[in-house]
Amino acid sequence: MTSIGWSGLALSLLLVLVAIVVSLWKQLGLERSILWAALRAAAQLFAIGLLLQVLLRPGVSIGWAWLWVVAMVVIASFTVRQRAPEVPGLLQLALIAFVCSAVLTLGVLFGLGVFQLNVRTLIPLAGLMIGNSLAATVLVGRRLVEELRDKRDEVEARLALGQPANVAAKPYVRGALRTALIPQIETTKAVGLVVLPGAMTGLILAGVSPLNAVLVQAAVMYLVLGSVATTTTVIALGVQRRLFTTDHRLLHLTSARSGR
Amino acid sequence: MAVTPACNDAEIEPDRDRFVFDHVTVVDGQRRRLDDACGSVPWDGVTVLVGPSGSGKSTLLRCCNRLEAPTTGRVLFGRDDVAHLDPLGLRRRVGMVFQRPTPFPGTVRDNLQVAEPALTDDDAVAILQQVGLEGGFLDRIATELSGGEAQRVCLARTLVAEPEVVLMDEVTSSVDPAQRYGLEELARSLVAGGVPVLWVTHDLAQMRRVADHVLVVVEGRIAHMSHPTDIDVDAPPAVRAFLAGEVS
Repeated sequence: MTSIGWSGLALSLLLVLVAIVVSLWKQLGLERSILWAALRAAAQLFAIGLLLQVLLRPGVSIGWAWLWVVAMVVIASFTVRQRAPEVPGLLQLALIAFVCSAVLTLGVLFGLGVFQLNVRTLIPLAGLMIGNSLAATVLVGRRLVEELRDKRDEVEARLALGQPANVAAKPYVRGALRTALIPQIETTKAVGLVVLPGAMTGLILAGVSPLNAVLVQAAVMYLVLGSVATTTTVIALGVQRRLFTTDHRLLHLTSARSGR
Repeated sequence: MAVTPACNDAEIEPDRDRFVFDHVTVVDGQRRRLDDACGSVPWDGVTVLVGPSGSGKSTLLRCCNRLEAPTTGRVLFGRDDVAHLDPLGLRRRVGMVFQRPTPFPGTVRDNLQVAEPALTDDDAVAILQQVGLEGGFLDRIATELSGGEAQRVCLARTLVAEPEVVLMDEVTSSVDPAQRYGLEELARSLVAGGVPVLWVTHDLAQMRRVADHVLVVVEGRIAHMSHPTDIDVDAPPAVRAFLAGEVS
């Protein structure tokens, strides 16, 4: 097993120093931010590490791990809302999306016995699922609101022809979903060629055979892909429902046009 | 300037052949788009809703096909409150063309088939000819047409549903003068074919060219209803100010 020890960590801080030097040299004014980010990341990781050490002791109930998953879902949902405040009701939608994604993806991985359900597997897999879905979840909500706002005339022209709201919104929901999903599909395609993903790298550094690491990584990639597809779909359909009334009117998303 | 609303019982009495606005108020956030608007639109000829920018005339129009819903009050389509009608069915009966042309991606044929998926090419060509376009337009990409052509395609798309009334919301504001007169002619030809038109504009000259009836909308209210030839008669001060060009 690879272990770098405290001295290794201290030496790796030299790389932070490189970033600070670049900031000073090019007068970017980012030195304090870089230092703060490095220290904050270390502190957060230590806190998580200590908590994991406690949870991974033999005899600890898996209920604590599930509680951890719930906390991650809640924090991720608040983060999504914070990043896209223009999307109405996003906190509730994000909660529903992450819960749906957790039920589906973790259900497949643990329900079908791909991974054995225990504290050691549940927390990292749930973390990967939620963490990797976050950006796409924000993106799809933002994109759909922008599309329906910017193409309001077109959407209303469809409604004026007697199309129901879900049909009128379909081209824009489709566009937003494609925008959010394509980067994840591209990342999945590039795995192994351009990037060695984190889970696999971590396992290899920890001494696991590369073949086993690859198997875990592939399962993780599929987990992320399934999760991104689930969260983005729930968000897109939820946002669509919120932006239209039950009598098929598009709510006002911007200031009124003249003449109204 | 104070607006005197035309709000008498005769004008808001349900009638088989007109739209009725019965004390319609539309509030959007802090803004009152319509403020106790009362009046009616007869179903013959071209009725022009004219008024200064931001006066509420487009909102009034959008209440007719329920793209906008009154906060209070009601809009009657014939004898029916539009709030009690199926909005999707209502919008097929009350067609609408918008201020900016709204061609959908795809060909003109694709656009027409959004309104009626089973539309045949023969029917599509007949409708294109009704709006002054050749049958050859069917295979043209709708988003690559000129503003005037696109607006005609939008009107054709609306006519596919065979509406009983057509709402036209400043449809000439983004086309050149030749197309503007062409669209006005089209409105007149719709009327000749038995389809009444509600036409929104802030252009007084256009109002005089196309109107059979006029509703002047000022500050969220129907301030005056008249025929275009005697619009100055008995007009309240706010309407006179608009007609004199003091308010635009």
